[in-house]
Amino acid sequence: MNELLNVEHLSISFHTYNGEVQAVRDASFRLGRGEVLAVVGESGSGKSVMMQTILKLTPCELKSGTITFDGKDITNYTDNQMQEIRGSQIGIIFQDAMTSLNPTMKIGRQITESLLRHQKMSRAGAKEQALELLRQVGINNPEKRFHQYIHNLSGGMRQRVMIAIALACKPKMLIADEPTTALDVTIQAQIMDLLAKLREEVGCSIVLITHDLGVVAANADRIAVMYAGRVVESGTSDQIFYHSAHPYTRGLLESIPRLDAPHDARLTYIGGTPPDALNPAPGCAFSARCKYAMRLCRMQAPEAREVQPGHFCSCFLLDDAARATREKTGWEVSL
Amino acid sequence: MNEQGAPLFEIRDLCKYFTLDSKNTLKAVNHVSLTIRKGETVGIVGESGCGKTTFGRTLKRLYTATSGEVLYKGQDIFKMNRAQAHQYAKEVQMIFQDPYSSLDPRMTVREIVREGMLNHGIYKGDRAAQDKRIHELLTMVGLNEEHADRFPHEFSGGQRQRIGIARALAVNPEVIICDEPTSALDVSIQAQVVNLLKNLQEEFGLTLIFISHNLSLVKYISDRVGVMYLGSMVELAPSDLLYEEPAHPYTEVLISAIPIPDPDVQKKRSAIRFNGELPSPINTRDDVCAFATRCRYATPECSGRAPKLTEVSPDHFAVCDRVRKKDNA
Repeated sequence: MNELLNVEHLSISFHTYNGEVQAVRDASFRLGRGEVLAVVGESGSGKSVMMQTILKLTPCELKSGTITFDGKDITNYTDNQMQEIRGSQIGIIFQDAMTSLNPTMKIGRQITESLLRHQKMSRAGAKEQALELLRQVGINNPEKRFHQYIHNLSGGMRQRVMIAIALACKPKMLIADEPTTALDVTIQAQIMDLLAKLREEVGCSIVLITHDLGVVAANADRIAVMYAGRVVESGTSDQIFYHSAHPYTRGLLESIPRLDAPHDARLTYIGGTPPDALNPAPGCAFSARCKYAMRLCRMQAPEAREVQPGHFCSCFLLDDAARATREKTGWEVSL
Repeated sequence: MNEQGAPLFEIRDLCKYFTLDSKNTLKAVNHVSLTIRKGETVGIVGESGCGKTTFGRTLKRLYTATSGEVLYKGQDIFKMNRAQAHQYAKEVQMIFQDPYSSLDPRMTVREIVREGMLNHGIYKGDRAAQDKRIHELLTMVGLNEEHADRFPHEFSGGQRQRIGIARALAVNPEVIICDEPTSALDVSIQAQVVNLLKNLQEEFGLTLIFISHNLSLVKYISDRVGVMYLGSMVELAPSDLLYEEPAHPYTEVLISAIPIPDPDVQKKRSAIRFNGELPSPINTRDDVCAFATRCRYATPECSGRAPKLTEVSPDHFAVCDRVRKKDNA
């Protein structure tokens, strides 16, 4: 077992006044050492909830499944045990740096906090280290910034500070939850370059949560596509981009406007709207929006099958028994 | 596509400054000139804070210009009388960025769509005719009659944006200013809304002004694209030309930063990156090139004089002295 993180059959639920929301349903994925895994999906598909619940940062109920991190089963870790891992072995970058950093604490203290807590460093040593980190993430004049508050910084700079905090203890895994969604394309490119550079220096694995397939194409080794709480397809970047086997993945790829597309073309799109998480329909969650849906799809949820080594997809269309439907609808799987 | 269209808007030297205090002025739109022809789609792109939204809002007369003029069908929109302004408000509609805050939560969809009709005397108070039209409009934007008596909170983001489009169409406008209409939506929904806008434009011959920071989307929908930087329009070109042969160094960087959803293409691309971030738009000087601080070609002269507008090729303009030099050589 060389995986750093191994999640199997994970199901997570929220309890709301309106009933139970099944945020994640039977999700399985792996993260290899030094690898970048992108978790892709629309808003509400459960990608953030899944990663945050793995770190026990949400009050959600973990209904079933196992989580193995670095060879240890952390599924039933207590809050105290998790605290030892969070910040030291797992770093996290949130989407909105403005609300996830503390506005009343100086930048320097926010970075040294985890160094003091986890690495038992002296104050002077921690300060030295924090300045080095600020320099590493490309912040000019770190001595000055060390004593400033986050309102003195721009969006891109705040995101850099978040990265510095997340990497302070040289974690084995970094979770980047939409790290560039709030930023302009030019700043986004800078931040993604920085993450790639730091990944080589620190040697950590990265889970990149995003809905932007463009960002994914440039940075991910492997991709897991989520829809309505399920991982519907996962595989290497090339497998997903060039040989996607799930109708949702393909729809998603086709609906992005591309720079090299002819000017008069219409965007293809996925009709309908994402399903209601409160009353999930039986069967495949995507069946209501799927052009190729068969009767079986509306009755039963498909199991994941390995279509190529390392490429998993949950779709009945891949079954030999669905050949007639594939021919009728023109759905082709090129593996 | 619509090159033959007559000029609908002639924007000359438009400025919109916000005075912050006695010493500081934010130049949100700084000497922008642009002609918009009837039936075309003009995209406006740039980083956040470049003034693209202020530009759109000034065109809609939500702000009064500090200086300069905007001629709409030959008439200066800032010198209109009440009746003319009323007519202008009808002909030029706007779709806003945030579909959650731009619809009144206490009005039903029917009331939202009807409001414009009432204000502009469409169907002269014939409620049955209005209702018929409301149903038509809702069908047109991909909703249905049953949705008419619901409230905005009952809809998803994509559906709300459609309500916003139906509201804009209700008064038979000639121009729609779209201010980041899809940035709050998911990609699969974004494609639906953009296709809808494109179809409606063809059907009704609308003129669209499409403001967005998503460059691939702007290329896809626009005939011509204007690039804004710190309040100025630094480049204006037909959209294919802009993306293939960007003339201004800023456009070049902007295009190189667009993530392309194709791993093989990404590996082959050479990335150009900025040094540093967007400078403050407060008290920018007009006598230097605003982009010089981040430009990789900048020479000492660039921060000594204002760059001139150059016509790179027919219909392709850029405000950069380097462009002129290159062409002369």
